[in-house]
Amino acid sequence: MVSWLILFIPLIAAVLITFVTRKQKDLSSYVSIGAVVLCFILSIDPILTLLKDPHMKPVEQGFSWINIPGLHVEIGTLLDPLSILMLFVVTFVGSLIHIYSRGYMHGEHGYSRFFACMSLFIFSMLGIVLANNFIQIYIFWELVGLSSYLLIGYYFEKPSASDAAKKAFLVNRVGDFGFILGIFVLFQATGTFNFIEINHILEKGGIPESTIYIAALLIFCGAIGKSAQFPLHVWLPDAMEGPTPVSALIHAATMVAAGVYLLARTSLLYHFSPDAMEVVAYIGGFTALLAAVIAVAQNDIKRVIAYSTLSSLGYMVMAMGVGGMTAGMFYLTTHAFFKALLFLAAGSVIHALHTQDIWEMGDVFKKLKTTGTTFILGSLAMAGVFPFSGFWSKDEILTIAFTSHHYFLFTIGILVAFVSAFFMTRLVFVTFFGKGRYHGHPHESPSVMTVPLVILAFFAVVAGFAGMPWIEPNFGSYIAGPLHGGHGEHGFNLFVAGLSTAVVIAGIALGYIVYCKELKSDPLAKNVLYNLAHNKFYFDEFYDNIIVAKVYNGIGRICNFAEVNFIIIFFVNGFAYLTRETGKVLRLTTTGKLQHYALVMVAGVVVLVLFFGVL
Amino acid sequence: MEGLPILSIIMLSPLAACIVLMFVKEESIKLIRGIAVSATSISLMFALYILFAYDKAKGGYQFVEKIEWVKSLGISYHLGVDGISVAMVVLTSFVIFTGVFVSWVGIKHRIKEHYIFLLLLVSGVFGVFTSLDLVFFYLFYELAVIPMYPLIGIWGSANREYATMKLTLYLSFGAVFALLGILSIYFTAGQMTGQYTFDMTQIGKLSFEANYQKWVFLPMLFGFGVLVPLAPFHSWSPIGHAAAPSAVSMLHAGVLMKLGAYGIIRIAMGLLPEGAQFWMPVVAVLCLINIFYGGVVAMTRKDMKFMIGYSSSSHMGYVLLGMATLNYIGMNGAVLLMFAHGIMTALAFALIGYVYDQAHTRMAYDFSGLAHKMPFIAVAFAVMGFASSGLPGLANFVSELMIFIGAFRTYPFQTVIAVFGIIITATYMLRALRNVFFCQSMPEWEHLKDATTFVERFPYIVLIAVLFIVGFYPAILIDVINTGVVPLVDKINGVSTIAKAGM
Amino acid sequence: MITLSHYLILSLILFSIGIAGVLLRRNIIIVLMSLELMFNSINISLAAFSHFLQSMTGRIFVVFTITVAAAEVAVGLAILVAVYRQRKTVYIEELDEMKH
Repeated sequence: MVSWLILFIPLIAAVLITFVTRKQKDLSSYVSIGAVVLCFILSIDPILTLLKDPHMKPVEQGFSWINIPGLHVEIGTLLDPLSILMLFVVTFVGSLIHIYSRGYMHGEHGYSRFFACMSLFIFSMLGIVLANNFIQIYIFWELVGLSSYLLIGYYFEKPSASDAAKKAFLVNRVGDFGFILGIFVLFQATGTFNFIEINHILEKGGIPESTIYIAALLIFCGAIGKSAQFPLHVWLPDAMEGPTPVSALIHAATMVAAGVYLLARTSLLYHFSPDAMEVVAYIGGFTALLAAVIAVAQNDIKRVIAYSTLSSLGYMVMAMGVGGMTAGMFYLTTHAFFKALLFLAAGSVIHALHTQDIWEMGDVFKKLKTTGTTFILGSLAMAGVFPFSGFWSKDEILTIAFTSHHYFLFTIGILVAFVSAFFMTRLVFVTFFGKGRYHGHPHESPSVMTVPLVILAFFAVVAGFAGMPWIEPNFGSYIAGPLHGGHGEHGFNLFVAGLSTAVVIAGIALGYIVYCKELKSDPLAKNVLYNLAHNKFYFDEFYDNIIVAKVYNGIGRICNFAEVNFIIIFFVNGFAYLTRETGKVLRLTTTGKLQHYALVMVAGVVVLVLFFGVL
Repeated sequence: MEGLPILSIIMLSPLAACIVLMFVKEESIKLIRGIAVSATSISLMFALYILFAYDKAKGGYQFVEKIEWVKSLGISYHLGVDGISVAMVVLTSFVIFTGVFVSWVGIKHRIKEHYIFLLLLVSGVFGVFTSLDLVFFYLFYELAVIPMYPLIGIWGSANREYATMKLTLYLSFGAVFALLGILSIYFTAGQMTGQYTFDMTQIGKLSFEANYQKWVFLPMLFGFGVLVPLAPFHSWSPIGHAAAPSAVSMLHAGVLMKLGAYGIIRIAMGLLPEGAQFWMPVVAVLCLINIFYGGVVAMTRKDMKFMIGYSSSSHMGYVLLGMATLNYIGMNGAVLLMFAHGIMTALAFALIGYVYDQAHTRMAYDFSGLAHKMPFIAVAFAVMGFASSGLPGLANFVSELMIFIGAFRTYPFQTVIAVFGIIITATYMLRALRNVFFCQSMPEWEHLKDATTFVERFPYIVLIAVLFIVGFYPAILIDVINTGVVPLVDKINGVSTIAKAGM
Repeated sequence: MITLSHYLILSLILFSIGIAGVLLRRNIIIVLMSLELMFNSINISLAAFSHFLQSMTGRIFVVFTITVAAAEVAVGLAILVAVYRQRKTVYIEELDEMKH
């Protein structure tokens, strides 16, 4: 019952805002905030249940949605450790970001629309989290895509925002294309969409291995789209066209993590297909490295964080791939805190300075004390400095990569840790210290914005302790229940921890050396690699100019040419031509001479008489 | 309600309104509209009644009315609906009901004649969906097609003479083939039993020789397929849509194209099950042309009506794919998509017509930022676009999903391409949304007005509400449709298993 | 003894003359008269059949035909007069507007 309430309260709020409180802006924001906070309060009960009993049995409820012979689709809820964890992350971070938005969005045109969409998003996201079957997760998968579209395109008068929204939706559709096919493959093999039933069948070995492999890869396509993995990573940085709270909530903390959640949800599938897991791991590792390198060369504060998000997502996916399902989920949780924090703090900076270019900032730490402090704490967590939350979660992933003998991926992980530390240092120094390059008189944001920052900062610092390898039960033991696919060795590996700490320190030191100066522009700007990274390795250009403009639209133009020049001429005009020409021939019989007609009649009678006479 | 000839009321109330309208003065516009609205709302009311009163446990043909007409030839006025036709009747009544309101705003001259033809057409449509007699089926079929000619010719926009001529010729061409098939079935069935009848329920009990079925199925498939429109005979439809006035486009794409699909289901597949077994795999290939090719052509078109026109032919490809699966899931999906697409495309044409009536252009690149001037229309268009691209929560999603699941069993390769089609749909819908409604507003469109009055908004609200209701609770229709689909699919598959066992 | 064949042959001859008249004559009045001739040839055969087969149906038909023929002639001539007033001609090859 509680799970249904949690699911539908945000939807009710969205409907209420759309139809009732649209004109009263304040009321709309209260409805929306109230809904998500209520969801959070309601989810405390399941959280406590889980904390009491780490081996809780999954609670499943559902009602029939489509029921015809051969096809039974349910809408249901599934409460197990995994969904409860996500429930906590989504509603808790969501509540804070909603509250923050009240301040950030103040005075915006379309304030109510914003909150309606946010509530719609929370509804869709909770639908993914609580889903007990594949169709439902796909339904809400698409719905988060919709709310993401609406929120990225919030400033729809800006062509760039409209384009970004469209791009996000379409790129996700490409991923979903594989996802839905994967669902079909699984349904074909098992005859059900239900997670638990499919897991039972899998455990009994009821699906051939090749089918599992194909299904796992196709379902991973969904994760590639939603979690913005290479090669579909291009939409996420553009999605920063949306308001900053949206970037924090949807494009950092929750929605983009849905892909990782999906992998965790279907972990048994991957458990039975080690080959698919390898693919997952390498895609994740490559994305992590690619995005981290690009992040170094970005100048828009939100884009830097966006690429760092991409990199983190790659990290999580890599964790899933090397068998660290709990480690991936742990990283997802800590990442939700510190990345939401980074975005919100960045939003606070933007709010104060009215620019997103870090080269028009600098030396604002004195003016924005709270924002600056929380931002630095978030950066330290992101960089993975001991003992911040990022350290523990990253360390767990690296340990698993190392102990499962994925040395190449381990090297990539170390490399990413180094680059991340470097670009976070760059971001902090260029934004908050050095030479002041800003205009106007920035002042600290109102407390409705800073209080969520402080709360998030607290969690960004301490959340990692829940996953310390020494304490028992720790994060992993609570969440491990529904996760399969091997958990690797969770022990603390001194070599890994030492190495990662060393490279992080090296990264920070390098960042300090390069950027802790009175700079006007980036000192690395003349570097070839820098330019390549600055232009995002020309992925957008490749997709826009080759794939979309040449291939996709080209096929369209060819077909249209065929349509206009062959099909219409041949079929449509052809029929008319046939009719006209037949008419021309038959017209010759119409002489207008009465007696000709009479003659034909008589001839007809004669023929009939002869015909029947002969018969 | 027992004893009332409900189907006759649904079908004849627009026809009666036609006759009444002939005696109304041209100037009394309010009266004319009043008559049209009341006639269509009677149809709508009773259509909803049969949706809820249809006995799902019993199934089969219900609300049957039968009057002998020409006994010697075996023709009778025989009406009745099963699950499939109930859905179609409800669809038709919604589309015409909202179409009357759309014409209210859009049609400025010869209002009386416009409504007369419109109602005549819709009577024919209702007739097709409820007839159980082949003669009446064909009669109503033509009655639904012929009024198109004056409707597009008189009230159409650019290029209307060309469009109406081509459309009528093309459709008549198809209808002749369907007629040939019907007559052939009539005579063959008569020879088999010695009793000549046009009664579908009677003929449906017979099983024709397999070879005969294969040969007769083809002209039927072509005849009805032209109206669906089955590629490559689809080009009449975008041309026709583009030239037609809004309400006519709504009916045309929303309902008329479904007549073709319905004809294939009811007559071709229903009476010639083995023919269906033989030919539907071919349809499963041809429909990919509809889906993919229709989609990419829609993507290149700047004229929004052409875009929706090609998108309709693309979506009807999904319907054909669902029919080709010959299993419960796909067939249910196909019929549901006929419903969902009918509502969605009616909404699309109504909206484009609304913009066109004010701006006198439909070219996507002429516009920008209309959402500032007409937020209501923009929201409605967005809903339509998302429905069309199969977003969950709207009716199209459920039906497309069912078609895909059904098709994946039989035609995995085709399904992959069909699923790719939804990306194409999303592409052109979102492009249109972006180009027309988003971005900066332009000074030359300052004068455009949003739909504000009740009459202006009402049809859109009704159609959107239907899309949402069916999208959220599809069982409302699926449970009914399923009662019609199950016996049909059983018949098709049953026949083949017997034949195989015989071999 | 006059048999049925005699009547039928007479009927056939009259009918053939009628057809020839309809097909060949230019004056529309003569065409109409030829038509009448054909009618009456049929009447003869009907009456003859009626007599030889001992059935009343044929005789009743003859009466009907005569009545209808009278009406038809009336209408036909009226049209003819109207056409003549308008076109000032009764020659059939000049009346070919049906072509258009």
